[in-house]
Amino acid sequence: MNVQQVAVFLEHKPGRLAEISHCLAENNINIRALSLADTTDFGILRLVADDTAKAKKVLKENGFTVGITEIIAVAAEDKPGGMDKILQVVSKAELNVEYMYAFTQKSGESGILLFKFDAPDRALAAFNEAGFKILSGEEVHTM
Amino acid sequence: MIWNEKDETMPREELEVVQLTRLQAQVERVYATVPYYRQKMDEAGVAPGDIKSLQDIRHLPFTTKEDLRKNYPFGLFTVPMDRIVRIHASSGTTGQPTVVGYTKRDLKMWAEMMARSLACAGVTRKDVVHNAYGYGLFTGGLGAHYGAEEMGCAVIPISGGNSKRQITLMKDFGSTVLLATPSYTLNLADTMADMGVDPSELKLRVGIFGAEPWSEKMRIELERRFQIKAIDIYGLSEVLGPGVACECIEEQKGLHIMEDHFLPEIVDRDSFAPLAPGEKGELVFTTLTKEAFPVIRYRTKDVCQLITDVCTCGRTFYRMPKITGRTDDMLIIRGVNVFPSQIEEVLVGTEGVEPHYQLIVERDGSLDTIEAQVEVSEDFFSDEVKVLEDLALKLRVKIKDLLGISCKIKLVEPKTIQRSEGKAQRVIDNRKI
Repeated sequence: MNVQQVAVFLEHKPGRLAEISHCLAENNINIRALSLADTTDFGILRLVADDTAKAKKVLKENGFTVGITEIIAVAAEDKPGGMDKILQVVSKAELNVEYMYAFTQKSGESGILLFKFDAPDRALAAFNEAGFKILSGEEVHTM
Repeated sequence: MIWNEKDETMPREELEVVQLTRLQAQVERVYATVPYYRQKMDEAGVAPGDIKSLQDIRHLPFTTKEDLRKNYPFGLFTVPMDRIVRIHASSGTTGQPTVVGYTKRDLKMWAEMMARSLACAGVTRKDVVHNAYGYGLFTGGLGAHYGAEEMGCAVIPISGGNSKRQITLMKDFGSTVLLATPSYTLNLADTMADMGVDPSELKLRVGIFGAEPWSEKMRIELERRFQIKAIDIYGLSEVLGPGVACECIEEQKGLHIMEDHFLPEIVDRDSFAPLAPGEKGELVFTTLTKEAFPVIRYRTKDVCQLITDVCTCGRTFYRMPKITGRTDDMLIIRGVNVFPSQIEEVLVGTEGVEPHYQLIVERDGSLDTIEAQVEVSEDFFSDEVKVLEDLALKLRVKIKDLLGISCKIKLVEPKTIQRSEGKAQRVIDNRKI
């Protein structure tokens, strides 16, 4: 199974982000990675949590609009050029990246790139063919 | 069922005779008992004896909300206080409240008008009526209540607010008819969904909604969410309260005006010259039988035309279409007339947003700007920015196509727009004009 991402709709209002972090903290949910997309009017917080179902449940109970999306996690070398190698594969396969973000597991060891593609199946095939390691949801959530 | 078959299906010629006789008596009484009306008629050079035909009504001066305010609180009552048995008042959010009074006979007439309306909506004495109109100074609650009792229904006088309890009681009591404002009904629908109650668990079959303008799209939405027929009822406290006109369940096309008690006219919005019934203009009412607080040519600020075709339900009264805008609610944005219900029509008809909305009007320099705040629906929410931006763009284009104005769309989090407990506040006008 792929990585499950929790997306939260955010109005531009002071304190809203802190309400999310507080809600997750109180429920003992750990955040693996996150990114915040913002426009002039609203934002979307995307995060990978250790317990997706619980994160969704508690956020919804606290009045947030929550969506769950599957994203693809690819392991990259944590050194100059590590991400480039992967993006060259993406480029060659003519894949569109909807968005991406990244985090490192232990500095200098390995980085992880999180992707949302318009054609995830083609993306998986391209990475497999190029010999990159795709991380399963289990691996990422329990890191 | 027609509640008062004899009166409601009277041939037009007979009806007009009844109307004229009553009009003449009403004008005479008002002239004799209310100094303010007498003065206005004297100034206009018209005497009660000049009213020889229904068309002569055009010689009488109009009555406006301003006249009511000038005579606050009881200046336009025609009877002494010992004959008044009930007083209602408007909320006064747009100025001094307007106060209206009723005699015993007025209340009896009102109950009949409301019973007629209920019958029009297909309600019978076997129904359990959940009355969520606000009880109090507002005419909605008590007006609807006495009509439902008059009919012999089992009435639940729940009033507005405490939505969870409303759903629970509707379920437990097996309510079959819901009376409420459309905006509060929407609030109830959300509450019901949050509680995980399916409409099939309720016995509701009809909803009678009024006291604020609502669109055809909203009708579809309310009918779908409660699995009911949604009926529009019209009334205003200055004329009576609910029960001045109501849609029939047979057609749901236009509201039958209780013309034997309320004489409707359509006048030009600017010149106030009388128009033919089928022409669009401001709706004006003269009460024909009210005792305590009659009004002569009261300008309602509602804009419509009259439907004169005979209805399949058998009632001979003219109909008024669903009111989608009042001259009061009308916003003038950069010279364009905009009714909030027109924007509602777009929002309710678009997938991805909730039917709750609020319009914020500002003046930026000399330019008016309008922003519609709408809630993104849970099911539609996406992790991708472009999906939400496309939604906002789609709404903007639709509004532009319909109204010719640019309306900024602000997507807000679900359940953040204030929910109606009665009449919804749709517009916040921050312009200092």
